[in-house]
Amino acid sequence: MIDLIIFLSLLALGYGFGRYAEQKHYRSIIKREKLLSSLPVIAAKTPPNVSQKADSILVSGNVVISVDYFKRFISVLRNLVGGRVTSYETLLDRARREAILRMKAQAKGMGAKLIFNTRFETARVFQGSRNQVGSVEVLAYGTAIIPQAKT
Amino acid sequence: MLLTNIEIVPGKRITKHLGLVQGSSVRAKHVGRDLMAGLKNIFGGELKGYTELLQESREEAIDRMTEQATAIGANAVLNVRFSTSSITAGAAELFAYGTAVVLEDMS
Repeated sequence: MIDLIIFLSLLALGYGFGRYAEQKHYRSIIKREKLLSSLPVIAAKTPPNVSQKADSILVSGNVVISVDYFKRFISVLRNLVGGRVTSYETLLDRARREAILRMKAQAKGMGAKLIFNTRFETARVFQGSRNQVGSVEVLAYGTAIIPQAKT
Repeated sequence: MLLTNIEIVPGKRITKHLGLVQGSSVRAKHVGRDLMAGLKNIFGGELKGYTELLQESREEAIDRMTEQATAIGANAVLNVRFSTSSITAGAAELFAYGTAVVLEDMS
């Protein structure tokens, strides 16, 4: 009985706080994406022709993000029937967008005009009980083009 | 030392290839951070401690790679790639590798 109460309260806590945290995070992501939208990030290997002399430098952004108890429970249920695991989709979506934003913020701070050859790296860093996905790390990295001041 | 993940640097010419350089760093998290992570696993959200930890160890891996490149006389590392693997339950390996080259300005 005690176990059941603990389980249900964990579910409720996870649902409440997780939902709140996710909505807050999405709002902040959308806000910062608008702010940084002037800096293009492309995945192409070679930069479009840069007429003036420019420096290129490696920039990166990373984030470790965790899924809440409620969503983890839902994903266990989802495992039984198969199909899209929406709770993890939003987790990874948030993590990738956050990593891109951090990379952009770093590049912007250095006065970059463009980031190209963007690559992603995803790793599971913390395993929950029973080998479930606990939290994921996403790293985004690329090469920033910084125009040199004309001398 | 120039680090980049492209193969050809605009405005520069590769005069010498010096081969692969690499650096890695294995980090474990301490108990306090682990406890916080356990809580975050209920509530969800970002694990700031881990983000910093992994960033620090990635920088260390890059530093080791740069050291190796300097030792063999390179002035740039091109095509840098990262890789992360969790080798045991409590530790992660951060690995950085790239090609060491000698670059010079195109005249």
